[in-house]
Amino acid sequence: MSMHGGGLAGGRTSSEPAARGPMGRGGPMMMDMSKAEKPRDFKGTMLKLIKYLSSYKILIIVVMVFAIASTVASIVGPKILGKATTKLFEGVLGKIAGTSTTIDFAYIENIIIQTLSLYLVSTLFGYIQGWIMSGVSMDITYRFRKDIAAKINRMPLKYFDGTNQGEVLSRVTNDVDTLSQTLNQSMTQIITSVVTVIGVLVMMFSISWMMTLVSLLIIPLSMVIVMLIVRQSQKYFKQQQDYLGHVNGHVEEMYGGHVVMKAFSGEARSVEKFDTYNNTLYSSAWKSQFLSGMMMPVMMFIGNLGYVAVSILGGYLAIKKTITIGDIQAFIQYVRSFTQPITQLANISNVLQQTAAAAERVFEFMNEDEEIPESSEPLTLQSVNGIVEFKNVRFGYNPEKIVIKNFSAVIHPGQKIAIVGPTGAGKTTIVKLLMRFYDINSGAILVDGHNINDFTRGDLRCLFGMVLQDAWLYNGTILENIRYGRMNASDEEVYAAAKAARVDHFVRTLSDGYNLVLNEETTNISQGQMQLLTIARAFLADPSILILDEATSSVDTRTEVLIQEAMDNLMRGRTSFIIAHRLSTIRNANLILVMNEGDIVEQGSHEELLAHGGFYAELYNSQFESALVN
Amino acid sequence: MLRLARYLKPYTLMVLITIALLFVQANADLALPDYMSKIVNNGIQQGGVENAIPMAIRQSEMNRLVIFLSAENKNLVLGHYALVDKNSPDYEKYLADYTILADQPIYVRNNIDKAGIALLNPVMAKAELIVSSIEQMMADPSKAAAMGQSLGFDITKIPPGMDLFSTLPMLPSAQLEQITAGIDEKFASLGYSMTNQMAVGFVKTEYAALGLDTSQLQTNYILNTGYMMLLLSLLSVGCTIIVGFLSAKTAAGAARDMRRDVFKKVESFSNSEFDKFSTASLITRSTNDVTQIQMVVIMIMRMVFYAPIIGVGGIIRAIGKSANMWWIIAVAVITLLSLIIVVFSISLPKFKIIQKLIDRLNLVTREHLSGMMVIRAFNMQKFEEDRFDKANLDLTSNSLFIARVMVIMMPLMMLIMNGLSLGIIWVGAHQVANNTMQVGDMMAFMQYAMQIVFAFLMLSMMFIILPRASVSGGRIADVLETEPVIKDPVQPKKFPESFSGKVEFRNVSFKYPDAQEDVLHNISFTALPGQTTAFIGSTGSGKSTVVNLLPRFHEVTEGAIYVDGIDIRDVNQADLREKIGYIPQKGMLFSGTIESNLRYADENASEAAMLDAIRVSQASEFIFSKPEGMAAEISQGGSNVSGGQKQRLSIARALVKKPPIYIFDDSFSALDFKTDSALRKALKQNTGASNILIVTQRVSTIKTAEQIIVLEEGRIVGKGNHHELMDTCEPYREIALSQLSKEELS
Repeated sequence: MSMHGGGLAGGRTSSEPAARGPMGRGGPMMMDMSKAEKPRDFKGTMLKLIKYLSSYKILIIVVMVFAIASTVASIVGPKILGKATTKLFEGVLGKIAGTSTTIDFAYIENIIIQTLSLYLVSTLFGYIQGWIMSGVSMDITYRFRKDIAAKINRMPLKYFDGTNQGEVLSRVTNDVDTLSQTLNQSMTQIITSVVTVIGVLVMMFSISWMMTLVSLLIIPLSMVIVMLIVRQSQKYFKQQQDYLGHVNGHVEEMYGGHVVMKAFSGEARSVEKFDTYNNTLYSSAWKSQFLSGMMMPVMMFIGNLGYVAVSILGGYLAIKKTITIGDIQAFIQYVRSFTQPITQLANISNVLQQTAAAAERVFEFMNEDEEIPESSEPLTLQSVNGIVEFKNVRFGYNPEKIVIKNFSAVIHPGQKIAIVGPTGAGKTTIVKLLMRFYDINSGAILVDGHNINDFTRGDLRCLFGMVLQDAWLYNGTILENIRYGRMNASDEEVYAAAKAARVDHFVRTLSDGYNLVLNEETTNISQGQMQLLTIARAFLADPSILILDEATSSVDTRTEVLIQEAMDNLMRGRTSFIIAHRLSTIRNANLILVMNEGDIVEQGSHEELLAHGGFYAELYNSQFESALVN
Repeated sequence: MLRLARYLKPYTLMVLITIALLFVQANADLALPDYMSKIVNNGIQQGGVENAIPMAIRQSEMNRLVIFLSAENKNLVLGHYALVDKNSPDYEKYLADYTILADQPIYVRNNIDKAGIALLNPVMAKAELIVSSIEQMMADPSKAAAMGQSLGFDITKIPPGMDLFSTLPMLPSAQLEQITAGIDEKFASLGYSMTNQMAVGFVKTEYAALGLDTSQLQTNYILNTGYMMLLLSLLSVGCTIIVGFLSAKTAAGAARDMRRDVFKKVESFSNSEFDKFSTASLITRSTNDVTQIQMVVIMIMRMVFYAPIIGVGGIIRAIGKSANMWWIIAVAVITLLSLIIVVFSISLPKFKIIQKLIDRLNLVTREHLSGMMVIRAFNMQKFEEDRFDKANLDLTSNSLFIARVMVIMMPLMMLIMNGLSLGIIWVGAHQVANNTMQVGDMMAFMQYAMQIVFAFLMLSMMFIILPRASVSGGRIADVLETEPVIKDPVQPKKFPESFSGKVEFRNVSFKYPDAQEDVLHNISFTALPGQTTAFIGSTGSGKSTVVNLLPRFHEVTEGAIYVDGIDIRDVNQADLREKIGYIPQKGMLFSGTIESNLRYADENASEAAMLDAIRVSQASEFIFSKPEGMAAEISQGGSNVSGGQKQRLSIARALVKKPPIYIFDDSFSALDFKTDSALRKALKQNTGASNILIVTQRVSTIKTAEQIIVLEEGRIVGKGNHHELMDTCEPYREIALSQLSKEELS
């Protein structure tokens, strides 16, 4: 029964309550047959981990002391208790032989009280050890998570472009959780198992070396059998996992594309494929279940072998008066409690591997490159006019693939710059460079004549307001979300910003008004309203330079008009970069940057670009081509 | 769970065999401590002699015994023995074992069954005790007075040197009876067990007198018992392995059948059922839930069935060892169960809270990652860290609480078990002192107690696991018991050979199952072959729903849809869909290659047809820029191609089919204007006589459509071509104006 350990509060991301529950992974008697994931650098990771743990040195030593004390107390118990049985037996023999008529109850009582106190001490110490250890492991979990969260903020955006969100998420929750759980498990188990094995061995030898040797013979036997079974079942287990993957994959795919499957009458084909997978899964599933299920009975049988051997040999030795009846009783208990720590120790390397693998992933993340350090003497500006200049800017997401080769432009305060291009042309690149989410490879970007690298990132970003197409809001109230633009804004300022963003009226029609908590999927307000809230947020920030991403899709007509008004409001008097989808925006822009495949292919005003008859002209005219079809 | 019981039906025999084997296994397991107790009681304490019935006895000694037997008992005893002397046929055989046979005749016991032993044992034990007492008195007269008193007659009255055994028979039978009755009374107070143990001493002495090797006898007894234990262990492990085999086969088999049925059922579902369950939930039900059931079936067959058998068996045997010590086990079991109940009732509600806190932590992290640009743009890193820290702290402190409640389990459970042993020894010692129990029995009792406690532990584990499994079971049963709303008619009609593709909606209303209000109200229109009919409206206007009714993904609530004049409910779904090329909003592809995806529409499509479809759908460029071309791999869900590419491939797939009716459900949304217009130009040329239905948000996409249907809140608010609608339909004009400037619209 694997009820041990404190880290049961697993950080699993499952939202299906039935899929996993409080008991942790798998059933209580299912042995985990999956081979533990192997770390690349076991030693190095372990060293790092030990260093990380060094601040818990004293607590860990205390844990060890209590674990040892608790284990020793529980090991001594049976041997002492055996004396009571022996005394009883002698008393009985005496009665039969007629040499005595009473049994020495005072002695037996004394022994029982002694043993009981030992067991009580063992329980108490065991609990103290568990109490401290769970505190330590929880604290480690907490610290790792906190460090990761802080680390995320120091990493360049570039890392996250190349990494799946789920992967980072899994480090914060699953990996950290596995790490703390296995750490807890392995530390406790190593200590108690080793002490138990040694202690039990000592006690066994103190009773009878012959019986001890006989019962030790059983260990290699069980090892061999277990290894044979594990090797066999692992094969089928892997097969089972593979086919489970196939079945699940097919199910996911078919349910996900249900409409398409139906539209093309693919039912029969789909079921046929499923059956093939399912049947293969069946044959590997029962074999793997059967073989892994064999482990327990075989181990039990081996345990029974030891039991029988001890009974026979003990009986024989008792006749010879080498040992006493109580010794047999104690010995049987020792043999029984010997197998568990041995299996635990055999498993410990697996657990350590798991620990190291999880730790490795966490440390790997912690060691990722961080953003280039800020300028040591940062520049601070009192007021900003909003002149932006690009000077021979050269940039590529990676050095081998330069997307912006040589871009220069000067934007004057209050001007409007439209960035256009087909989907996936890299329209947001300029924005990312401006706000220093990415650093340019060469050239310079100047704001009011100062190189943006001379500002701290924080100060630089303060100059900009940003409204992106996928409106990002967090799980908080509407008020809090708008205030995100400037944390020290008063409620009145927030309302004013909302009014300017044309969202005040809407918010006031909601049941909780500004105190409505946006739910996790932000489904309780529409996409368009979210957009308006982000505009309000930008209003509150009152930036000198604006970055706008015009959204058109999935917004109803009326809201769209509101958004248009709000954006026009916001842009008044500010230098604005607009990722444009709307023709009206493009045409009255002071400068249009035309992008394709990451690069700026053309730049100029609407009329200039049309006259040029290049990519822009083609793009622009394609909107009317439908008319030409007829 | 019971709703799924039928899945075990094919395996009834296996289940029954399993239960039978579990009985065998339980009995074997329970017999082991019994044999151990025999080793202690009979092997060690009694020198390998089990009872008061010797295998053989000297004739002279037997003669002494029978003095103290009633006539009836005398016949009983002698009936079980045969006299062997020098003239007997088996003389040589017996001489080897009993060397004394050379000097005097002996009685050898015949085979005897259990009932015989039970009958004979007390009779002989008593006589043996009297004889051995008298023999001791004769050997040591100094003890005679004390012993005589306990026997109830004064031996000192008999003159020394006189053979008592020759004197006693001479006594009048009444006097003899009086003596035996007095002795009877004395022994009754000793109890059967003690009498037996003491009589064994007589038997041992007799064996020595017969010339038997008594220590060999003792060793043999222990070895034989050990041998039996070994056999029992083998039997037990054999049963367990077969049970493991049967349960694995049953569970995997039931899971396979269940999985297949669930999958088949779900494949027959319409969108209504998908909406009802949600796709994610259906996936879980078909995969995880079934796996859960499989594990639980194995556990039920191996543990749930076994626990009561071994528990009840253990109780019966324990009571057999000592009828008045069961309360110790009861106390231990009750304490243990209360411990489990208390620990779990404290921690279970917390587990639910923890799940929420984990979700919260995940949410905050997800928001942190997805809003990275915004967070940095507003310099809110610190704020986010604080937000995370709060979630982290909440989770940590709650987890710590649970962890500390849970760690108490192990030490306390151990304490209860150890306390149980102590209690048994304490109470058992008194029982042993009172001669109601032997030491070996007490040791066996301890082990029965453990087996019983473990049986209860196993059962209590089940109460934790079973409810979860029954949730899974219920979820599977829900799917299996759901009948799809949309079924093929009993007598389907066929579409005519010369199929035109005219689509007519007549007063169609639609309501989602369980919904309060209709999403579509009274929709009527006719879409003609060779024309394009477009649907436009804001999000939630129901434009997609309209076209999804045509392939019967949903069933109309009122009104009817006719294709070529036939109500679509009167034809088979497959026949209907055969006529339709459907392109979903999200380009959905299946794993395989580009070619296999295209062939999904028509397995026998020609190479030329596929190339044609690729060309029309504007997909040639990206397909043939790949080195593998059409053989390029598509990963699950098409995750390795972009949204626009997926849409183009979806369009190509429908084109391969060359259907008379096309449905484009907002299928151009991920395409840029340029590709969009090129694609539509090519489509127009290639789909000639087909009936085209387009759902879109873009006015530019449909400006040229023959018929535009404007929807608002599930109602048709405008019908006509672009120019007509610009003049007559205010909602349409609003949409158009928001997308195009006035000049462009003209």
